Amino acid sequence: MDDWGCGVRLEPLANASPGRVLGVTLAALGLAFVLVGAVFVAYGQNPLEVYRLMLSGTLLDAKGWQEILRRSIPLLLIGVGLTLAFRTQFYNIGAEGQLLLGAVLAAGVALFLPLPAPLSLPAMALAGALGGALWCGLAAWLRLRFSVNEILSTLMLNYVAQSLVIFLINGPWRGKDVRGYIYSDRFAEYQQIPVWAGSSVHWPTLLLGVLLALVLQFVLFRTTLGFRMRIVGENPGAARYLGIAQGRVLLLLALITGGMAGLAGVGEIAGIHHRLIEPSQLSSGYGFTAIIVAWLARGHPALVLLTAPLMGLVLAGGDLLKVSLNMPFRIVDIFSGVILFCLIGSELFLRYRVRWGR
Amino acid sequence: MSALLELKNITKRFPGVVANDKVSLEVYPGEVLALLGENGAGKSTLVSILYGLYRPDEGEIWVEGRPVRIASPMDALRLGIGLVPQHPTLVGRHTVAENLALGIGSPLWPAQRIGPLVERIAQGYGLQIDPRAPVFQLSPGEKQRVEIVRALLRGAKVLILDEPTSVLTPQEAEALFRVMRELRAAGKSLIFISHKLEEVLSIADRCTVLRRGRVVGSLLREEASKPRLAELMVGRSVSFERKRQSAALGEVVLEVDGLRARSSRNLPALQGVSFRLHRGEILGLAGVAGNGQSELVEVLAGLRSIEAGAVRLLGQPLPPSPARLFDLGVAHIPEDRIQMGTVPSMNVAENLALRTFDRPPWARGGLLNPRAFEEEARRQVQAYAIATPSLRTPSRLLSGGNIQKVILARELAGQPQLILAVHPTYGLDIGATEQVHRVLLEKTQQGSAVLLVSEDLEELLSLSDRIGVLYRGALQGPFAVEEVSREAIGLWMTGGVA
Ligand SMILES: Nc1ncnc2c1ncn2[C@@H]1O[C@H](COP(=O)(O)OP(=O)(O)OP(=O)(O)O)[C@@H](O)[C@H]1O
Ligand SMILES: [Mg+2]
Repeated sequence: MDDWGCGVRLEPLANASPGRVLGVTLAALGLAFVLVGAVFVAYGQNPLEVYRLMLSGTLLDAKGWQEILRRSIPLLLIGVGLTLAFRTQFYNIGAEGQLLLGAVLAAGVALFLPLPAPLSLPAMALAGALGGALWCGLAAWLRLRFSVNEILSTLMLNYVAQSLVIFLINGPWRGKDVRGYIYSDRFAEYQQIPVWAGSSVHWPTLLLGVLLALVLQFVLFRTTLGFRMRIVGENPGAARYLGIAQGRVLLLLALITGGMAGLAGVGEIAGIHHRLIEPSQLSSGYGFTAIIVAWLARGHPALVLLTAPLMGLVLAGGDLLKVSLNMPFRIVDIFSGVILFCLIGSELFLRYRVRWGR
Repeated sequence: MSALLELKNITKRFPGVVANDKVSLEVYPGEVLALLGENGAGKSTLVSILYGLYRPDEGEIWVEGRPVRIASPMDALRLGIGLVPQHPTLVGRHTVAENLALGIGSPLWPAQRIGPLVERIAQGYGLQIDPRAPVFQLSPGEKQRVEIVRALLRGAKVLILDEPTSVLTPQEAEALFRVMRELRAAGKSLIFISHKLEEVLSIADRCTVLRRGRVVGSLLREEASKPRLAELMVGRSVSFERKRQSAALGEVVLEVDGLRARSSRNLPALQGVSFRLHRGEILGLAGVAGNGQSELVEVLAGLRSIEAGAVRLLGQPLPPSPARLFDLGVAHIPEDRIQMGTVPSMNVAENLALRTFDRPPWARGGLLNPRAFEEEARRQVQAYAIATPSLRTPSRLLSGGNIQKVILARELAGQPQLILAVHPTYGLDIGATEQVHRVLLEKTQQGSAVLLVSEDLEELLSLSDRIGVLYRGALQGPFAVEEVSREAIGLWMTGGVA
């Protein structure tokens, strides 16, 4: 809009075409890789070499693929839920805590509820979904009842969830064979989610994630419930005018979002760790990385099927750097942060067209 | 005299439409040029180009005999072109002076230093504003005056006003015209967009008419007349005769007794309002904006709670839910078409189905049927002549008048018992206005009752059977329309006693 004095100006863009959205998003990702490349240089590494290593160690390697998939599973589940939440302007940034609570409830069922073996895993999944749903539902309730901003409440509930996990595995749920690290007892064989031979890709969870992405895409665009969600999210004033029960839609949405994060927690402990462990090892920030996954998907749950593996690749590649180049693990956080930063910055180019020259 | 501003063959295309098609026009110093045209004819697009918001695909702009590039509003202001937008762009919490100092004041105490300058300009043109008042307290008319002063402060020689009167009361509009005449006398040029032909004829020196992006005619004031302009705009003759023949009144549809309600700021807004509305009747509600009209309609639409008193619809207490009310046959054409009446990011077909998306044929068993959305929408787009590139275009891309048509088509479908119509013809061109009036009359013939809220006295007097006036939350009347004079209504509107 305003003249920047150097021949660049912004012209408002009424409607960004899908092609433009894709182009801008790819450009933002590209810029992020360049910026992170600068960080590699600061580490005394050749960025091209680093990226080559990241790609060949993941995409060109069977083990690497498994690693990407393993990382994508929680991102997929959480990302799909967050896509819905963001679309409805419920800014849930507490998926991390919801994941932990899902893990806690699932672990509770596994450790203390004597159930017939075939019922155990389904019960764990249900309990986990419930845990995440309630944790998120609490934030939604606070917003509806007391107008508490959900960004703050979900963020704070993350810390509560972390403390709860630490308290449990350090106290009442502390395992019998604990030395050094703290964790709970190991789950029984039948309480573990099956994996692809020789990997830790717990495929039933993956399948569930793919299914839910497709189902929610359908719900959003082809059902009356989804139509209602879109109205509430895109124009609350119109929702009021039409008499749509906004509170109910919001609560339902929070339960779905939280439930998906809870399921991700179940997948992590029942599919990989087989016990309740420390929060930082249990999740390594999936709840936050999934925010990027959801942002990239721009309101379409099905697109998470693409964006989750993309961030899974970044996470898996980051692991690789840590191991083979001796970089600190935080390099992954830098990656995620820079990507998110570039993406949010790129929104400008979806709303305006840049014109060069006068 | 040479032209101050010249447009030569300006063309602007949007996906699916040519908004401006080789438009050429001139503006001379000290004249008011009216820009007329149907909804979607390309008026707003043209002035956006002049103000540097859009860049034309083809064509040239000349200012004072030289070709110029207008790449931004900054450029436009430098060239002496100012725009008074239809919706004010002021910062609500700041004072008038602070708003005016934005962008031009000195870095230190900008608002104080600008004060004298503001007062000189304001007084010079008869613009009454209080520089110390916070903007959120101002009426739409006052905000508009601030916008005018802002443009003048930056040295505007050409002032563009895009539908300035649609948000104003008749009194405020009169005041605006006085200011416009002062400005013209001082040698400024004005470009004025309006759908109200009386206004155009009373203020404009020349009228240029656009149709589908093209200039179809330019008339001097002396040559122009209402029918002539209307015909140029619409391409056919338009009837201005729409006196209703009194229908026999049916049973009571709506009973309001001693209604009290509070405004959003929790102040008493309705202080014991009572009236009856019958089948087949149009009850007009006049009043200066902010005297309780909005609150009354909101109560009747189930959007605001009743503090005291009773409201009965067809003998039953009013259910407090907009959805239930719609099922009972209450249609509501809301005051705010962007924030309430539509979901701007959703497409035209979806917006047309906002009320009915969860019932057949739009949906069965919770599943939407996209084919039905399209079919129903196609019918309504045709019936109301909604100009849209496609049924899948997001409604925010439609021109103002066409957004209004989407709402009308949706709310007036079927056979409502009660129609709450707030400024139903706001922003509509004369052809569409004529059509809406006809539809409202038809609906009453078929048994609907209409509560018509309008600031257009002409509209109220020609459509209503009875007219009531709201002043500070109290209702005068309603009176049979034959028994009241325009003057009496005007007096009641300002709290006088007739
Ligand atoms: N940013 C945009 N993107 C796509 N189409 C647009 C855009 N702006 C306007 N249009 C289209 O251009 C045409 C002209 O619109 P414009 O707003 O100039 O009409 P108008 O004459 O001001 O109408 P109204 O009297 O209803 O305000 C319309 O068909 C509109 O849908
Ligand atoms: Mg317009």
